[in-house]
Amino acid sequence: MREAKMGANRTGIDVSPVYSKQMISDAEELSPPPSESVMMAAMEQQYIEAAHGVGSVPLPGTLKGVLKTAGKKVGGHNPEVLINKLGERLAYERSGVRLYQSFIRKCETLNGASQSPIPLDGLREICMEEAEHFQVLKECMESIGADPTAQTPDADVSGVAGSGLMKVITDPRTSLSQCLEAFLTIELTDQASWELLISLCDEMGLDEISERFQACLAQEETHVERVKAWYQESVISQV
Amino acid sequence: MAIKLLDTQGTPLENQKFTWKDLVQEPISKLDDDAFTRVRIILMNGIEQQSNRFKHLCSQMNGELRKPLAVVRRSEHHQQTMINWLLSGDHSPIETTIGYEQVAIEVTAAIAQQEPDDYLAQVYRFGLLEDFDHMYRYAALLDRVEGKDANNILQSYTDVVPGRPTAEEHRHPHDDLREHYDRKTAAPITKMNALTIMSGEYQTRDYYMNIGPTFSDPIARQLYAEIASIEEQHVTQYGSIIDPDETMLEKWLLYEASEVYNYYCCVESETNPRIKAIWERFLDYELGHLQLVSGLFKKHERRDPAEILPETLPAPIAFESQREFVKKTLKAEIDLRTSGTHFVDKAKESNQSQEYRKQVNSEGSPSEAIAEGYHWRPGTELNTDRAA
Repeated sequence: MREAKMGANRTGIDVSPVYSKQMISDAEELSPPPSESVMMAAMEQQYIEAAHGVGSVPLPGTLKGVLKTAGKKVGGHNPEVLINKLGERLAYERSGVRLYQSFIRKCETLNGASQSPIPLDGLREICMEEAEHFQVLKECMESIGADPTAQTPDADVSGVAGSGLMKVITDPRTSLSQCLEAFLTIELTDQASWELLISLCDEMGLDEISERFQACLAQEETHVERVKAWYQESVISQV
Repeated sequence: MAIKLLDTQGTPLENQKFTWKDLVQEPISKLDDDAFTRVRIILMNGIEQQSNRFKHLCSQMNGELRKPLAVVRRSEHHQQTMINWLLSGDHSPIETTIGYEQVAIEVTAAIAQQEPDDYLAQVYRFGLLEDFDHMYRYAALLDRVEGKDANNILQSYTDVVPGRPTAEEHRHPHDDLREHYDRKTAAPITKMNALTIMSGEYQTRDYYMNIGPTFSDPIARQLYAEIASIEEQHVTQYGSIIDPDETMLEKWLLYEASEVYNYYCCVESETNPRIKAIWERFLDYELGHLQLVSGLFKKHERRDPAEILPETLPAPIAFESQREFVKKTLKAEIDLRTSGTHFVDKAKESNQSQEYRKQVNSEGSPSEAIAEGYHWRPGTELNTDRAA
């Protein structure tokens, strides 16, 4: 049983009234008067000012294909912005496939005991679509001469942001609803990011790529709806 | 449970076997297990880590003992793995750090009270007040960077208030050295206490050195750099109380006896039956190691292990809140400093330490910055209603 249950949680002060009273009274007696840390803010600002970015976008030697032939409009833009974002989306979709594969294994094991089993066919369909999106992005990057195997700065940072979500989903102890909450975060970000990517392509006049991405976005919108519904159902069924 | 150290066979080395599944068991619950279960896990990880390190160094200095050292070391490596993997993945590195400092405070305070040598008891109390301050700084970091309450880990056993300020703990290396116990006259518990605390501090140093660079927050990176430096000082301090004239085999014998003692302490106090079974299993493993090393000691040194070891184990370490002892020590000894191996009032601290400290703090102090105006309260700083 891994859904919400009452138990011996020891983290709050109500668990040890005598010790907690002593702890609070010692803190009152021995701590400095409360205040914000001015020094901390100053130190952080020094580092922010001195910092360089996390790394660079690997620019292709010569722009080719769609990016080159898109004409004047592309010429007026910074192609590294697009390559950075394409690399981010590609990495996100690839990780997404792995996370869904992991979650499918968990559902195969736990669905039988769950009040609200998650439809495995639906999960497999989303997983397959994420894998297709990865392929679409790979082809688009290659078509403009960008290296789809490189890790762009936004791909790196997005991976850091997702590392907690990955820990939640791959922990054998977490429940289906805890995992679905993580997937909802993933899918909401994914949807907004595809929207941004399409705007970026439109801005740069990359019509063909934009069209392919719109098909991906339509699928991502269904992912959000389905994950949200499963998540709500999995929590409400526990009440 | 009275264990006769030299007459108990324990588990023979050839029967000390593991599988990967065995090594990676379900971890403890961060939320539901008692904080002292985590304290014991962290402590025993440190004990095994230091035992492994000691044996590697021995192996580099003694060809004849390489085979038995390798065999015992392999078993202990896997013991350490099983123990350390009991920590669950939902502990953030700062939360685990809070656990490490709780070990440093509660175990050092217990050992300071059971240490029969007055000077060494003073050494432990001195280190205790410094680790006590680290807890305060890390609790501020946990709250101010992650928005979390250190007491979710501490479970009200350990206070979060300033100790001897971390910024004032930086000393010249010579002022971290202490007088050592005399191998011929010191009580066995004195030798085991020294190994226990030195091992705990060594793993803390290593842990901070490993996780420090995994933070992106610059204050966290600086704070771990600063406190890792104090832990290095503590390893210097606790390493220097050990008699350098003990032979290699005498030391090895003491390490094994100390491991037996520590597992015994864990068995005596553990509240989680599943974890207690691990302590019992490894207590038997360590008795097996002790038997082997006793044989080597007799063979190579032609000495009786009873010269070094007590017949039965001393009273177990008290794994319980040491709040009152810590407060009493804080009140009486916060202003102690060192001059060489001596403890002195802060007015008489050595010049070389004052110069050293002035240098390292000259571009700011992360421990002062993170905790400036920090006042722990349940829930914590942002929970202003509850503080009223």
